[in-house]
Order: sequence, then C-alpha cells, then structure tokens
Amino acid sequence: MYLACFKQIRTAFIMLILFTVLTGFIYPLIVTGLGQLLFPFQAGGSLIKEHGVTRGSSLLGQSFTQASYFWPRPSHTATFPYNAASSGASNFGLSNPNLLTAIHERLVKYTQADPANKNPIPVELLMGSGSGLDPDISPKAAFYQASRVAKARGISIETVHTIINQHTKNRTLFILGEPRVNVLELNIALDALK
Amino acid sequence: MAIKLSLWDRRLILSAIQDAFIKLSPRLEFHNPIMFTVYIAALFTTGLLIHAWINGDPISFNLGITLWLWFTVLFANFAEAMAEGRGKAQATSLRKSRQELPAKKMESNTHTNAKITIVSSASLRKGDTVLVEAGDFIPSDGEVIEGIAFVNESAITGESAPVIRESGGDRSSVTGGTLVISDWVVVRISADPGNTFLDHMIALVEGAKRQKTPNELALTILLTALTLIFLTVCVTLLPFSIYSVNAQQSGHVVSLTVLCALFVCLAPTTIGGLLSAIGIAGMDRMIQANVIATSGRAIEAAGDVDILLLDKTGTITLGNRQATEFIPAPDVSIETLAEAAQLASLADETPEGRSIVILAKEKYGLRGQELSELNASFIPFTAQSRMSGANLPHRQIRKGAVEAIEAYLRNLGASLPDPVRSSAETISRGGGTALVVTEGSTVLGVICLKDIVKGGIRDRFLQLRHMGIKTIMVTGDNPLTAAAIAAEAGVDDFLANATPADKLKLIRTLQTQGHLVAMTGDGTNDAPALAQADVAVAMNTGTQAAKEAGNLIDLDSNPTKLIEVVEIGKQLLMTRGALTTFSISNDIAKYFAILPATFAATYPALDTLNIMKLATPESAILSAVIFNALIIVFLIPLALKGVSYQHVEAARLLRNNVLIYGLGGLIVPFIGIKLIDYLLVSLGLV
Amino acid sequence: MTAIALWQVTLYLLVLLLCVVPLGAYMAKVYQGQPCLLDSINTPLERMIYRLCGIQSQEMDWKQYLRALLFFNIIGLFAVYAVSRLQYFLPLNPEEFSAITPTIAFNTAASFVSNTNWQAYAGENALSYFTQMSALTVQNFLSAATGMAVLVALIRGLSRSETTSLGNFWVDMTRGVLYILLPLAFIFSLILISQGVIQNLKPYEKFTPIVNNATEQIMPMGPVASQVAIKQLGTNGGGFFNSNSAHPFENPNPMTNFLEMLAILLIPAALCYMFGVMINDKRQGWALLAAMLCLFIPLVLGTIAFENTAHPELTQLNIDQSSGNMEGKETRIGTTLSALWAVATTATSNGSVNAMHDSFTPLGGLVLLGLMQIGEVVFGGVGSGLYGMVLMVIMTVFIAGLMVGRTPEYLGKKIEPYEMKMASFAILIMPIFVLLFTAIAAVTPSALSALGNPGSHGLSEILYAFTSMLNNNGSAFAGLNSSNPFYTVLGGLGILIGRYWIMIPILAIAGSLARKKTIPQTAGTLPTHNAFFVILLLCVIIIIAALTFFPVLGLGPIVEYLMLWGFHGH
Repeated sequence: MYLACFKQIRTAFIMLILFTVLTGFIYPLIVTGLGQLLFPFQAGGSLIKEHGVTRGSSLLGQSFTQASYFWPRPSHTATFPYNAASSGASNFGLSNPNLLTAIHERLVKYTQADPANKNPIPVELLMGSGSGLDPDISPKAAFYQASRVAKARGISIETVHTIINQHTKNRTLFILGEPRVNVLELNIALDALK
Repeated sequence: MAIKLSLWDRRLILSAIQDAFIKLSPRLEFHNPIMFTVYIAALFTTGLLIHAWINGDPISFNLGITLWLWFTVLFANFAEAMAEGRGKAQATSLRKSRQELPAKKMESNTHTNAKITIVSSASLRKGDTVLVEAGDFIPSDGEVIEGIAFVNESAITGESAPVIRESGGDRSSVTGGTLVISDWVVVRISADPGNTFLDHMIALVEGAKRQKTPNELALTILLTALTLIFLTVCVTLLPFSIYSVNAQQSGHVVSLTVLCALFVCLAPTTIGGLLSAIGIAGMDRMIQANVIATSGRAIEAAGDVDILLLDKTGTITLGNRQATEFIPAPDVSIETLAEAAQLASLADETPEGRSIVILAKEKYGLRGQELSELNASFIPFTAQSRMSGANLPHRQIRKGAVEAIEAYLRNLGASLPDPVRSSAETISRGGGTALVVTEGSTVLGVICLKDIVKGGIRDRFLQLRHMGIKTIMVTGDNPLTAAAIAAEAGVDDFLANATPADKLKLIRTLQTQGHLVAMTGDGTNDAPALAQADVAVAMNTGTQAAKEAGNLIDLDSNPTKLIEVVEIGKQLLMTRGALTTFSISNDIAKYFAILPATFAATYPALDTLNIMKLATPESAILSAVIFNALIIVFLIPLALKGVSYQHVEAARLLRNNVLIYGLGGLIVPFIGIKLIDYLLVSLGLV
Repeated sequence: MTAIALWQVTLYLLVLLLCVVPLGAYMAKVYQGQPCLLDSINTPLERMIYRLCGIQSQEMDWKQYLRALLFFNIIGLFAVYAVSRLQYFLPLNPEEFSAITPTIAFNTAASFVSNTNWQAYAGENALSYFTQMSALTVQNFLSAATGMAVLVALIRGLSRSETTSLGNFWVDMTRGVLYILLPLAFIFSLILISQGVIQNLKPYEKFTPIVNNATEQIMPMGPVASQVAIKQLGTNGGGFFNSNSAHPFENPNPMTNFLEMLAILLIPAALCYMFGVMINDKRQGWALLAAMLCLFIPLVLGTIAFENTAHPELTQLNIDQSSGNMEGKETRIGTTLSALWAVATTATSNGSVNAMHDSFTPLGGLVLLGLMQIGEVVFGGVGSGLYGMVLMVIMTVFIAGLMVGRTPEYLGKKIEPYEMKMASFAILIMPIFVLLFTAIAAVTPSALSALGNPGSHGLSEILYAFTSMLNNNGSAFAGLNSSNPFYTVLGGLGILIGRYWIMIPILAIAGSLARKKTIPQTAGTLPTHNAFFVILLLCVIIIIAALTFFPVLGLGPIVEYLMLWGFHGH
C-alpha cells in the first residue's frame, strides 16, 4: 500500500516534469518559432512603425480627444484611458448610477463639441469597451463624428465620408462580427491628407 | 385470512389519529430524516412563538404558522399510522388462530402403538411428531409423515373448501392453526414456537420487522439530499435578506418563523410523510391478494422481473386435456363415431373421458345413456392394454392411443387405415392427443384431445409483453406439442421435456444474461429452482421445502398470481416515483407564494412575482404552509391504494405519469394556495 | 432579433456539429487504444514517457485511479504555487515581475490545476512569460486531460461489466495530451497567429502614440497564441491578459472570435459522440448532445435578445441604441457574438470572456449565472461537463424509473442505493457551498468592500464569483475585486471542493457500475435516448437548479431587471 503510493507519487512527479517540458516549453517555443517564421508581422503585434519608431499597433486603440480626430470608444483602462499596458473595463452593472452619470457626461461632451449635429448618438460612443483598447468604432459612429472632424479640419464632409468608407471593414464572410472602422488608421489617414 | 378493509374504516381512523400523537416522540420521529427536520422546525417556531408571547409581540401569524407546522408533522404520522393500522388489523385476525393448542405428542414415529401425551403447542420443538385427528387443530407447522386427511385452512387462506393433506408427494405440508376435519395424520413439527409461518406472517403484516428496501433507501438518500439543499437555501436567505435590506435601506429582515415556514414548504414533505405508508401499503396489497411476502425486498424485486417461468399445466392450460373434435374415418358418419366414442367413455370418470361424453352431447345431441340400461360392461384403462372401452351386446368398442390401437388391430388381423393415421398425426402436430376409436376391427375415426388454453391468457401475455416481461412456458410435453401450445397461448418461449434440473439450468442461464426471473412452484423438486429465482412464488399447498425456498407464498395456490404479484411490485415503485415528482413540482408554486410575500417590503418590484395575487404577505405564507400540510392528507388514499397500473410500455407509462404527477404537481398548488388564501381572507383569519 | 444574428448562430452551430462526429470518433479510438492518425509520431514519444515514468499500463480499480489522479493534481498544485511565488528568480521575466502574493498564488494554483482559471491577477501586470508557459499553459493541458480521464473512467464503468478495472490513469492522461489536446492546440495556435494573435518572447514594446506630444507608453507582448489555443480548447479560459478574449491581442478580429468560440464547445460536444461510441450505443450520445443543445439554443437566442435591448433609462435621450447594450463589449465583436460567446463560455466551464459579463443586462447575466448553476452540464468542462451530465441522467433515471415501476437502470446498469448516495453527494456539494459562501460574503464587511457595483447587482457579483469558482468556470462579474484575500482564499477552497469533491463520487460510481452485470433491454426498460427522456432530463436539471437558486436570483438579477425595467408590483 505505502509502496504503491510512493510509486504513484514518483510517477506523478516525473510525469509532471515531462509534460512541463513538452507543453510548457517545447510546444510554445515551436509555435513561437513557426509564428515568427511564417507570420512575423502578426506574431510581433501588428505594429505600426514610422521612421523606425513604433507608433502603436493597428490592433490596439489609442486615445484621441481633440475635435479634429475621430474619438474612439470610452476606455476604462487603469490610470489613464487606452493604457495598453493595463487592459480592463468599467464592469458597471446597468443599474449602476455611475454608469448613467458617465453616459450623461459623454453625451454632453459630444453635443458640446458639435452642437449642430442633432442626429442620435450611437450608443457605443457612450458605453465603455470590454478591453478598454477597442481599436474600432462602428461606421455609424464614424459618420456621426464626420461633421465635427470636417469642421475642425476645415475639409469637406464628403472627404471625411470617403475616408470613412475607405477604412470600413465589413463582416467577415458577410456573417461574422460587425462592420467597423479602425479609429487609429482612420486618424492616420486624416493626418496624411495634409 | 386477508380481511378486506375499507379505506376509511372508522375504527382504523380513530386509532390512527391516536397513534399520530404517540408518534410525536422524538425517538420515533428520528427514523424519517425528512419529517424529522420538519419536526425540528415546528419545535423551533414554537420556541419563537413563546418568545414573542413573553415579549408581548403580536403572535397571530406565528401562531398560525406554528400550528400548521405541527399539523404537517401530525398528518404525516397519521398517514403512517393508517397504513400500520391496516396491517395490525390483519395481524389481529391472524393472531386469533394462534392460541395455544393442545397437541398429541407421540413418543415414536409410527402411528400404531405409539404412546401419546397431551402437551401444549408452545412446548413443541422442531422434529417432534404429533398425531392430529378429526376435529383437532394442527398445533404447529409441520409435514405429514403418515396418513391422509381433509384440512380446513380457511384461517390462513380464507378459502373454506377443505384441502387434502397426505404424506409424501407435494401436499404434505400443514400449517399451525388449521383444522383437521376428517381422518388423521401424523405430523412432524418443522418450526419452533415463535418461528412458525403464522408468527412470520403476523410480524410481517404488523410491519414490526419492516426494513427499508434498497429502493426505498435510495429514495430516502435523494430526498435527504434535497432536504439539505433546501435547508441551506433557507438558512442563507437570512444573510441575503440582511444584505438586501442594507442595500435598499427599506423593509425588514426576514423573520425566522417565515424561514421555517419556507423550509417546511420546500422540503419534500409530501413524499417524506407518505414514504413509509407507501411501503406498508404495498405489503398490505400483497396480503389482500392473498400473497405473503417474506420481505419487502421481494415485492420490489417482483416489479423488476423481466422473465416469467410459467408451468404449462394449471397456469397456461386448464390442466386437463379435453375432447375438442371427432374426425371420422372414410365412409364412417361423424354421428357413428360420436356415439361410439360416447359409449366407450360413459364409465370413464377421468376428466378426458367426461369431456368426450360432453362433446358428443353438446355437438351431436347424444344424450348420455346408462351403461346398465344398455347391458354393457366397461373396460377400464390398464397399463398393459393402454386402452379403455365398453363391451355391449355384439359390439366391442375401444379407444386408445395410436400405438395401442395398432397393436390391438394387429391381433385382430386388421390395420389402421392411412387417412386415420394421417389425421392422428395432424392432431399431434397441432399440440393435441389423438385417441383412435374402433368397433371390432373397424376403425371409426379419431377423437382429438387438446390442452385447453385458459381464456384470456393470451391477452394477459400480450400485456406482459408490453410491460417488457417475457414469458417462458415450462412443460414436460414433447417439443412439438409444446410449440403448438406455446403458439396458441402466445408465450414468447418454451422449455419442453423439462426436468427440475433443466429448469434450474434455464434460470441460471437467464440470470447470467442479466435477467431477473420469477417462477412459481410447489413440489419439493422445484425447491432448487425456487431458491435460484429472483422472485419465487411458492404455492401454499406445496411442500415445506418449496415454501422455504420461495420468497413469496401464494395462499390461493393460483399459479397465475405471479402476474398480479409483478403488478403490485411495480405499483409500489410507481407510487413512490409519482409522489416524489409531485412533491418536487409543488415547490415552484410555493416559491411564487412565499418569496414575493417575504421580500416585497424590501423590493416592491418583487411583488410582480406574486402571480397568484395573494392578498397579504401573511396570508400568502400561511396559505402555502396550509396547502403543504393538507396535501399530505389528500394523498393518503393514493399512497394506500397505489398509483393505478396500466399495461403499456415503459415510455408511455412514463409520459402518462409525468403528465399527471409532474405537470399536475406544478399546477395544483397554484390553484390550491389561491383557494386557501381566498378562504383565509373571506373568513377574516388574516 | 435580426436576421444576421440568426445567421451567426446558425453558422456557428453548423460548423460545430460538423466537427462532432469526426473528432468524437477519433477520441474514442484514442481512449480505446485503437490505431489512429498520429500513431507514427506519437507512439515512440508515448513509449518514452511510459518508460521514464515507470508505467506498465496495467488497469486500475477506481481507488487506484483516484489516488493517481489526486497525487498528480496535488503535485501540480504545488508546482504552480512554487513557480508563481518564485518567478522573480526564474528566467523569461523581461518585465521583472516580482512574486505574486501567497493568497493569490494559492488561488491561481487551485484555479489552474482544477480547470477553473479564475484570474485573481491581471496577467500582463503580474506574470512572467515563464510562469505563463511553464505553470499556466501546462496546467491548461493537464487539467483538461484530467477531466477527460475521469469521464473515460466513468464510461468504462458504464460499458464494462463484472470487473473492477477502469483503465490506467497515466495512460489516459498521456494519450489525452499527446493525441488530442496537443495536436489541436498546435494547429489552432498557428491559425490564430496568422490572424494577428501575438506570439513572441520579446520584452514589452515601447511606443509613442500618434497624437502629438503624447508620452511614451508600453504595450505587452508574450507567447499569447499558444496559450489562447489551449485555454479555449481545454475549457480553461484563463487569458494571457486581464481582459481575456476581449483584448485585441488575444482576439483581434471576427474570424479569431469565431474560431475561439468554436474551440470552446468543440471537445465538449464531440465527447458526447465519443460517449456514444464507447458505450456502443450512439443514440445515447446523441440524446445527451440533444439535451445540451435544447437548453443551449434557446438561451443563446434569449441572451442575444436581452443584450440587444435598449437601456430603459436612456430611451428618453437622443441616443441611437440600435446596437444594443455595448457597455463592456467590443465593436468588432458586437452584442450578438458577445452574447453567443458568453452563453458558450458559461455553458461550458470555459470562463474566457470577449465581453464583460458584469455589464450584461440583468436577464443576460441571469442566463449566464443559471448556466453555471445547473452544474455546468450543458457541454460543461472537457470531461467534467459530460460526467456531470451523467450524474443528472442518473438522477432523472432514478425518478423516471420509479415512475414506470422498475428499479432504475441506465445503460443496463442498476441504479441502487450506493450510486444514489454518491450521486446525491456529488450534486449536493455545489449548491450548498455556493449559497453558504455567498451568504458569508454578503454579511462580511471586508468581502463587501470588494464589490464594484451597489445594490442587488452587488449581490449578483458575489453570487457570480462563487458560482463560477465552485463550478470551475472562471468567468467573473469582474467589478468584484478578485484579488481581495476573502475571495482568493475562500474561492480557492471552493474551487478545490467543486472539482475534487465531485470527482471522488463520480469515480466511486464508475467503480460500482463496472462491477455490476449489464441488464438486457426490454420493452419495460425506460428508453434513455428518446425525445421524452431528453425533456425529462432537462426538467430535472432546471428544476433542481431553480429550486436551489431561485431565492438568491430573485434578490439579485431578477429584482434588478424588475426595477430597471420599471415593474413595481401590484
């Protein structure tokens, strides 16, 4: 009995070591190697570089607060919005008064930035994203902001619309996901107009 | 012995009410874990009530809840007492036949010249021999070792016609307390006092030796688990209530009385309160069917049986071959054959002979004649000639089996015509027996004798098949005859040329395949097979050995009883299942009554869930508790009578029962609670 | 509900069901030791492992099997604890993270060894690559293989007769990892990389955001794809990052979202088919799968509908709420696929999230809670879901068997007091501890201080936490500060109770069933593969959970819904 237990413990110990080597090192290292070999850009984080300087990742949203840029989804990452090092969400329940306060504040911010715009504000511009790093907004949310951006940049609204349309990604296979516009890419494209 | 009791016998009810209070002793409550928790809850609310009363707080609501919790306990006790009362009533009638009886104890084993001393039956031990003469009661269980006598066994079987008991053979066992009404027998006592058949029966029907059967045990475990969960639900509701009141800053924390009420409503009290009553009632139903089970386990096993081994004779067929047809030889009229056959059988007192006379009379209007009038002499059947017949003036009529008649004809220089031979063969292929009738050397034709399959037995087997039970006919007949009868009776399979050893082997084979086998038996040579079978019904007329090997004893000695036994077994399990389902489905409605009532003060929005629109929180909670208590009383008849059994396959049976007891259990309390609430309000009680 | 939502659900289920038969048949071969696809690569590897471990693949009875399992898991527990405490001194720690606290380390060790993957830490700010790989990724494989091993032992108990042996735990573990989990994870991780999931061992990347005069920031890096692959396949759910599969590096686009969602249900669904194959009656496997789908599909549709409703207190404002409740949800994924994922991840004991459950509508949250509270039997964890389902089947068969007047039996095995005792024991544990722990927390000030939301939603947060941990799910109403010692310690205990206290009776039942004869089927046998039985099974599952949790759900999500949507009672 005791001998059998001892043997089993020994087996358990050796097996854990073997599997740690196999699934904890060999597996991720081979995957890393193959990933770097086959898809180096994706495996490295889809980085956006400018003159050798990393300006971000096309997958991670960045904070934009000036009227001349498209504003992304509200972010609740720790210490400051769109802190890439610290993903996170508000986790407000729908009945939480703080959520309603935050929504009202954002509503006011959007209305004040573009008082002439009487269209209803798409709700995702008022509600925080899951990761706090959501790179996208819906095309609807982009079009809603188009008048503000056009005014601030002094360009025609049609130009802005064109850029939005150029950067709109549709559903994958026409079914999966939602249509979306990458805010970072959109804003880079705006800056490139100059 | 089984006395018929009406369900609501006044005396039984009165004594059950009394017993319900006696059963309030904690020691007695403890054996039923579910009701014990209710008992504790009732004690607890009583304490709270007293506490409130001393503090001068309003007590009307507490009083109502406390009273009805005690009623819940009492109703469950009452149900159990009712079932036990029925058993006790049976036992009392049995006990009457167990008075001390004088016995004529013999010094030696032989009847002649033995010295006889009169002793009390209580002093008899196993192995003693006693003489029992006409007018004496048989003092204790035993076996006839000498003599033959008519015995009135009505004290045990309720059957007033006396039965023959004789030494040797399968009718040698006698039961203590039965009366010898003619002749005498010497009996070897086979049981010590207190250990006789009657004593066992009394103990069984009284429920004194009742142990939980495996299935009942499994169900108790499940119900206890549910009770524990509900206990946790109610206990944790207190902190949740505290949290909610703090969060909402309104309302008040749920009271302990309400939590007790909720717990009692949720706990499976309906089935918990009726569980032992169902078990006792199952035993009682067996007794009503004149079957004594040696244990509750045997009754449950009967419900599980999937193969019945049935003896052909007496169970499937009427037991005697009967004439069914006359087939004349070529150039012989059927009337001639019928008349000759009748003449040959007039003095034949065997059932076969009588059936030939009756067939001739009924079919061809031939009146029975007196042999003396005809100046005829009767030739009886002998082992040598294997024929019987009659000699009339100038006429010599014989009837007999084909081989015997062939030999007879050969002696007369004649032979059997081919058409007659072929009709004889057709008959035996059809499962019948052919008797050839001759007059002198002329062959008149063939009488067809057949085993008559009991009326309705085919339908019975069909029902069994629907229930998933396979029937196997056991017979000593040759395979050809057996196959024909099997086909006619509609059994699934047969064992032909069966010896007791074959029977035992068959049971073992079936059991290794995983089947549960039931059989009936009466002879000593059946004993090994009976002992092997999962459910073994021994005939009361059978030998002691057979009775000891069986786990059920049929007092009517009716082999078809097996089918009834299976049904009672199934009914027992079904009643438990149905009431469990009912009990659990009930809880949903109770939540809708109690939860809004309890928490609407904190969260007014929760009153939306008060879909029954019960008047006040107090009336809602009280109504649920009252419903919970009353439903036990309403279901007592069902527990005692059992859920009705339908002969349909398992899937349909399940669907029916789920619809009745599951869906019914869901809906009924909504109506019941609303009704009680309405009554409480209109009577101004809340 | 929009047509596109229906298409999304349909496509998902269709692809899932297409995978069930091939994968199920393959897994049956693996566990029955029959020749299969990867023999040429794996056989030498397998032999080497057996030789090094000194395993002579002899069969074990249930107690030996259980003992081996417990030893293996306990050693695993210590290993994870040790690595996460010592990570500062270990390699592959470019960010130089220090040791995590003892209580969080205990919680994490319990959580990962038991396939729960409740995360009391924020991955990108606490764990080194070494810890993520050598402790967490390893346990993602091993805990999944353990669950499948127990299931396989139970299946052997059901299908064998008159024997004590249930197979060899070490062999089942080894084959489960080598033949099933590792190959699937390998392929899956490469697909994920191609779609943008990161996989590197580089230090965190420094970058300067686009906006002028923005200060330099950092973005986390790491071997993510290899871990995401197995966390999805093995119903583990522990993400590399704090926000799990809502993080764009774990789940960058709708395609990865679809594949990761598929991976959640893939093995649990295929195990149903494997069950049918291994007990030699495929109809039984299909019946269980059907039962799961019957609950899964309506709840998916319901949750999608709930998440697409407008917030009632915003309807008066000039807000376009047509995209539904977007709080805590990602744009590329949307409400529909967030709801579908949420149902899938709580139906299985996966627990990975692509949207924040805490911010779901009250009724949406109710569905998620409910799916866990039925005991994680709708798909459930790999292995653990199906053996939990078999427990519910035993309960159902018992009640139904009584109603047809026969001693209940399942697959020809009689259900007797011993099995009922063990099954009741197993079913009892989860509800009792969830309620007790939630109740304790509801009146403990230090526990209440961790709440992220007030009122009834706060109670839901506590309830969700213990429901998730006791059911080894791992998802959270994440407003609750899960690093609070109250939750890490009590939750860690709950995790261990929820996993092993149920495995023990399961293996005991397996051992007892294996010893029994198999009873032949007759017309009197209750069929366990037809529609009616499936309905009955669902009723039993729902009623047991509803009766247990209705009061606390009433004070949590239900009342939150009623108040928010303006029901005020009579």
